[in-house]
Amino acid sequence: MTSARAAIRIARTLLSTQYAYMLEYRAEIALWALSGVLPLIMLGVWQNSGAASQAGWNPGQLRHYFVAAFLVRQFSVVWLIHVFEEDVVSGKLSPFLLQPLQPLWRYFAAHLAEQATRIPFVALMLLALAWVNPALLWVPTPENLALGIAAIWGAFLLRFLLQTLSSMLCFWSERAAALDRLLVIPYLFLSGLVAPLDTFPPAIKTVALATPFPAMVDFPARLLAGLPVDIGAGFLSLMLWCGLLSPLCWLSWRRGLRRYGAMGA
Amino acid sequence: MRRSRTLSTVLQFWRSSLEAESEYQLNLVLECLAVSGNLAGSLFVLSLLFTGQSTLGGWGWNEALIVLGLYTLLDGFTSCLLQPNLSKIVNHVQQGTLDFVLLKPVDSQLWLSLRCFSPWGIPALLAGVVLVGLGLQRSGTGLQGEALVLGSVLLLSGAAILYSLWFSLAALSIWFVKVWNATEVLRYTLVAGRYPVSAYPPALRLVFVFVLPVAFMTTVPSQALLGQGSWPWAAGSLLMAVGSLLASRWFWRFALRHYTSASS
Repeated sequence: MTSARAAIRIARTLLSTQYAYMLEYRAEIALWALSGVLPLIMLGVWQNSGAASQAGWNPGQLRHYFVAAFLVRQFSVVWLIHVFEEDVVSGKLSPFLLQPLQPLWRYFAAHLAEQATRIPFVALMLLALAWVNPALLWVPTPENLALGIAAIWGAFLLRFLLQTLSSMLCFWSERAAALDRLLVIPYLFLSGLVAPLDTFPPAIKTVALATPFPAMVDFPARLLAGLPVDIGAGFLSLMLWCGLLSPLCWLSWRRGLRRYGAMGA
Repeated sequence: MRRSRTLSTVLQFWRSSLEAESEYQLNLVLECLAVSGNLAGSLFVLSLLFTGQSTLGGWGWNEALIVLGLYTLLDGFTSCLLQPNLSKIVNHVQQGTLDFVLLKPVDSQLWLSLRCFSPWGIPALLAGVVLVGLGLQRSGTGLQGEALVLGSVLLLSGAAILYSLWFSLAALSIWFVKVWNATEVLRYTLVAGRYPVSAYPPALRLVFVFVLPVAFMTTVPSQALLGQGSWPWAAGSLLMAVGSLLASRWFWRFALRHYTSASS
């Protein structure tokens, strides 16, 4: 009981301090929110191409899909590796290790706080979209909204775990971020961020669905946009991949920590 | 005399940064993988956009390849020069080391823009050139000397616009300090340059010409290379380049007047 209470207290403190920190850098976060416009740009190209109607999508579905993908992307951004790499290389990780708290929680709380800071900016961008073209927005059913938010959270968790795994390479290599850049490529092209999975040739679609990437954008975006989607399979894939990655993260953290020499030691 | 000293300083900078970067030879492999992966992905998405039709915004497949090639080329330029240099301005402001830069007897904008040269953009540069060549060859127009000259000039002016945008955004850190990823915003929105501007809805086209001039970076030089360059667009591109270079210069001077160093 007391441990649960202590955990809640720690979580609250972490979240509120990180939120205060993030608010301080709100200008940066606004810019970051802006950098997520890629799905909207792709919407422009797809709208004019007519290739989506070949896949049986009407213009309304296309619009909703990409706006939903934009939202999913906004709330599943993970930047752990950039901070973690710096903390490992400069030795800032050492004081965190002295505290009786797994340091990864700190980064996790920072991500949640950053998402909270992002909400008003994303709302503003949605308003701007509504001003440009009201047909870009829609009201999802309460059920789809709830499931969609859950799926976005799942997607965020999955992306966080995947990047935790690549961040652990920081213990071995000075340039783990460069390696992580390679992981961004399949995420970009196979997740549905730049092209709906339905437009893929069947063989490539099958391959893509065997990777964790479609669960990160395609699945939550379809839920939010109210497109036909296999809800059970989507959540199952999220859970399976998270379940697979968590023990790997835990293991690599333990092995990596043994390699950690701290700065200058 | 003075110009040659600047030139030799820059060459000295680049030699030293090449030496430093050659420590990380594994990067070459990673960079080649990243470039080929990105290229494969872009070609894949382009082919998806072409399913069931032969043109995208009036551009055929081969012509669209030239646009993609020029995008890749400029991306390489970004990795070689813009990213390694301009992303450091933020650190300089945050840690107060900008003071040391300002004290040097070199123009501060020059120093901040050209201090490093990262060889890791070269694979993208090469891939871009190959793609442009392939597109030109397959589009059947062949290479005309005049078109090549105009295309190269317009590509250079596109690069100048790109540089000015990056530099001005990075200079914003004088006020906002942590605009670490302001330049990332640029990188993500410039992705629009992968496709010809006419592939976008009219409203976005205006944005890509006047607000975020990606049209001048890839579409306009591609048209020139194809021998379809028009004087109004060429003049517009050159004007935009000169204007944005001057604006970046002015903006840097203006920003410096507001610079108060780290601890004050």
